[in-house]
Amino acid sequence: MKQTLLQLNDISFAYEQRKALDHISLQVNEGDFLALLGPNGSGKSTLLKIILGLLKPTSGEVVLFDEPAKQFKHREWIGYVSQKSNAFNSGFPATVFEVVRSGLTKKVGLFKRLPKNVHTLVDEALEAVGMLAFKSRSIGALSGGQQQRVFIARALISEPKMLVLDEPTVGIDHENVQAFYDLLAHLNQQRGITMLLVTHDVDVVSSHITHVACLNQTIHFHGYKNEFDEMSQEARDVWYGHAVRKIH
Amino acid sequence: MIEAIFQYEFLQNAFLSGMIIGVIAPLLGVFIVVRRLSLIADALSHVTLAGIAGSLYLSQTFSALALLNPIYLGIVASVTGSLFIERLRRVYKHYEELAIPIIMSGGIGISAIFISLAQGFSADLMSYLFGSVSAVARSDLFVVIVIAIVVIVFLRIFYKELFVLSFDEEYSRASGLPSKAVHIAFMLVTALVIAASMRIVGILLVSSLMTLPVAAAMRVATSFKQTIIYAIIFGEMAVMIGLVSAFFLDLAPGGTIVVTAILILLLVIWLKKLLPQRLGAEA
Repeated sequence: MKQTLLQLNDISFAYEQRKALDHISLQVNEGDFLALLGPNGSGKSTLLKIILGLLKPTSGEVVLFDEPAKQFKHREWIGYVSQKSNAFNSGFPATVFEVVRSGLTKKVGLFKRLPKNVHTLVDEALEAVGMLAFKSRSIGALSGGQQQRVFIARALISEPKMLVLDEPTVGIDHENVQAFYDLLAHLNQQRGITMLLVTHDVDVVSSHITHVACLNQTIHFHGYKNEFDEMSQEARDVWYGHAVRKIH
Repeated sequence: MIEAIFQYEFLQNAFLSGMIIGVIAPLLGVFIVVRRLSLIADALSHVTLAGIAGSLYLSQTFSALALLNPIYLGIVASVTGSLFIERLRRVYKHYEELAIPIIMSGGIGISAIFISLAQGFSADLMSYLFGSVSAVARSDLFVVIVIAIVVIVFLRIFYKELFVLSFDEEYSRASGLPSKAVHIAFMLVTALVIAASMRIVGILLVSSLMTLPVAAAMRVATSFKQTIIYAIIFGEMAVMIGLVSAFFLDLAPGGTIVVTAILILLLVIWLKKLLPQRLGAEA
């Protein structure tokens, strides 16, 4: 039996009066590659913040690695890769090495020094994302796609069991997007890292993904990828369409 | 000059304090600048003034307090101010910068009241505003040393957490790091450095010693570590050149230090333009 890494039980959330999430239940098991899809304004970011512990749900419960989120102490098991555009200020004076090394902070713990083999660990993490050659470059000087790879390396260095990615390909040019997803698939299949990919882009649903969840305030679909492929156009319109119309 | 330093205690106090401040102000300043908190440092320094003015008034009015070193009330004011800023930033979540003018005007307002109560500007107060070569007491030097130890120990212990927090605050919180506690400790340490630095550069110019050397360092450094090293070198140069010229020209050291820091900054920008391929080539 595979371990359940993330379990959302009946999560609701409201900003003041506006309901953002309505009775969401969701499950991610070890080894899954789940795409959490939803149009803009569907509550994806809110749900992600709840999963990461940045927001408290109005009602419902988050369970991480079989423990209630409040008691869960191993946040380093969950690697977070945020949306490129709002992640950091690009003028930040740091090298790729310094950024990747900082991924060890939580794992090493307060009041403790970084391990002596930190260079080897950084090298391995950068090697895994194909960015070793950029180790001493300034982070701000890299392209969007390269920066995202570095941020994956920053997550990998603490040996996470699950990666949570928030719209990771926004601002990356089209050619590099495919290579980026290939990298995620490789990490998922070869290293067994569970993936939770949050995006508005339905086109990402490729062969790499094992599960899909469709969100728009509520969960409209949650199941295997091949089931999603068979989802009717009507059901898709109900899920994606009205929100799109609302925006325009 | 060298002989004078050995001869006069006040010069020893000024130069030793200056050397220490030249290290700790830019060191902490690197984190302040990358976290975009420069204006908060400025606001805190004005709150410190309220403590100094209050202390000067008290020692004028109550003879029992005549010997009270104003630096203590200055520290109290600046630490209190830093906690207030955090409180205000949480009250006005969407207008965080609003905390700055509130605290700043509050600080200047209270200072103005104490200054008028103490019947206007004294020479003593002027030395707090713009720094002084001659007014640094041995007890000031001891306070500076203690604060420097606190700052260096703090940064040594929390360097990795502070780096993550500075680089990406959301990531820091999502990683389960004690971001809030580290941030509040950081603000308290900032308040201490401001109080320590004011004797030499003066309250009105404290924040410049935390930002100008960092601004210059960021032009040439390729890594965070380098930024820290360059900032300290530039900061130390500014303090030393500034103090020496203040001594010989009989000027307020705050002015000479800041002008030197600006000249260093301009020189660095100019050199970088001139030799782009040499300086920061890897960037």
